[in-house]
Amino acid sequence: MADIAPLVVQDLHKTFNENEVLKGVSIEAHKGDVISMIGSSGSGKSTFLRCINLLEIPTQGEIIVHGDPIRFTTDKKGNRKPADAQQVERIRARLSMVFQSFNLWSHMTVLENIIEAPIHVLGVKRREAIAKAEHLLDKVGILDRKDYYPAQMSGGQQQRAAIARALAMDPEVMLFDEPTSALDPELVGEVLRVMHSLADEGRTMIVVTHEMAFARDVSTQVVFLHQGVIEEHGSPQKVFDNPDSERMKQFLAPKY
Amino acid sequence: MFEQLTNLLDQNQIFNTSTLLTYWDGFVVTCQLVFISLVIGLVFSVPLAVLRTSSRKWISGPIWFYTYIFRGTPLLVQLYVIYYGVIFINGIQESIFWPLAKNALYPTLLAFTLNTAAYTTEILRGAIIATPRGEIEAAKAYGMSRFVTIKRILLPSAFRRALPAYSNEVIFMLHASSIASVVTIVDLTGAARDVYSKYYAPFEAFFFVAMLYLLLTFLIIYVFKQLEKNMLAHLRPLS
Repeated sequence: MADIAPLVVQDLHKTFNENEVLKGVSIEAHKGDVISMIGSSGSGKSTFLRCINLLEIPTQGEIIVHGDPIRFTTDKKGNRKPADAQQVERIRARLSMVFQSFNLWSHMTVLENIIEAPIHVLGVKRREAIAKAEHLLDKVGILDRKDYYPAQMSGGQQQRAAIARALAMDPEVMLFDEPTSALDPELVGEVLRVMHSLADEGRTMIVVTHEMAFARDVSTQVVFLHQGVIEEHGSPQKVFDNPDSERMKQFLAPKY
Repeated sequence: MFEQLTNLLDQNQIFNTSTLLTYWDGFVVTCQLVFISLVIGLVFSVPLAVLRTSSRKWISGPIWFYTYIFRGTPLLVQLYVIYYGVIFINGIQESIFWPLAKNALYPTLLAFTLNTAAYTTEILRGAIIATPRGEIEAAKAYGMSRFVTIKRILLPSAFRRALPAYSNEVIFMLHASSIASVVTIVDLTGAARDVYSKYYAPFEAFFFVAMLYLLLTFLIIYVFKQLEKNMLAHLRPLS
């Protein structure tokens, strides 16, 4: 059987009220791809990521997860909505997301955060989930913090815990929504290092980021979004060293 | 030993054995009234609070109306309306509910339960809408259904936030229960009134019952302190 792409997005549109934020964005992620989405604030890159797991419902366009297209229907008011809530839940469980503001469940310890979805969504046995969570915490370097609550840790530790939570789902694709934007500069490195090692393992990742050095070093594809349109798309060498679009050149130009 | 105690008590003019037994019976009635109405009220308030946060007006509206009525009128008036009102319901005297309705205890329980459920619903609602949006979003993003999200994330988080306010509600309910004595129920306050009228000693009778209420309040505070220690651990800084 031919290699099925874990994630294909075709011609995605998203309109908020009258405002069209995404005007037909398509990407195709193959296994092991790391796609960095870059662009200025308001370019629609976070919205794009949130449309992939239907935290926002795209107004138009197809999302195909491992060959399984998400089915849509329209409600009474003519708005698009997912046809099958269970399909959406199933697909979300295969696309785990890492948020800008971590969004760990604050009333649970780190370990509880990580085993929560495997147990209650995937139906993994508690003991297996704990063993795996401990392994993952060790991998992201915070095993000694497993019984801490999120509020008792630094931002970098919280984000690494959130990455461990995402990994515990054995995701087909990992979605990163500006994972380092809420961190103090000295904590950015520890999170990027973890993400780098995930890329080296061959995990498929879509990363919305402002970290240009990371995008250049780690990505297999870079997508530059501007006002809801892909302005530039290709290998990091192509996008960063030899961009075609005027916008991309401006974006990379020194700011002062 | 027991005989010595009764001897000693019998020498006391007011607080003899029979008076203390009156208080004890009142104590049991108060505890039953408060405990049962709180438990039933809490059980009802959880789904009500969840539905109260619904964006659909036809779901949240009636619940808003219910809590508005019961929080907007005095408990004493509610008690009168229910206690005196039920007998005017057509056919109630022939129905199976009559034995329940004519015993003062059940209309009182009903009034207390409806009242505390209304307050608890609003306390929980406040705690639910204060749930950080990101945590709900994370639950969604990890494939949790609406039901699992409510059960595993929304409610456990809201219960914790609601705990300090709810401990107040429990104490208020204990104190408000004293009005059960106006509809012939001999609760703690009713017992105190009996003792007062028997010995014409208002100060002693009510001072003693005040001490008993204080004791119960301390007990409630202690229990909630322990609960908060366990359930609000995530809010404490590392020591």
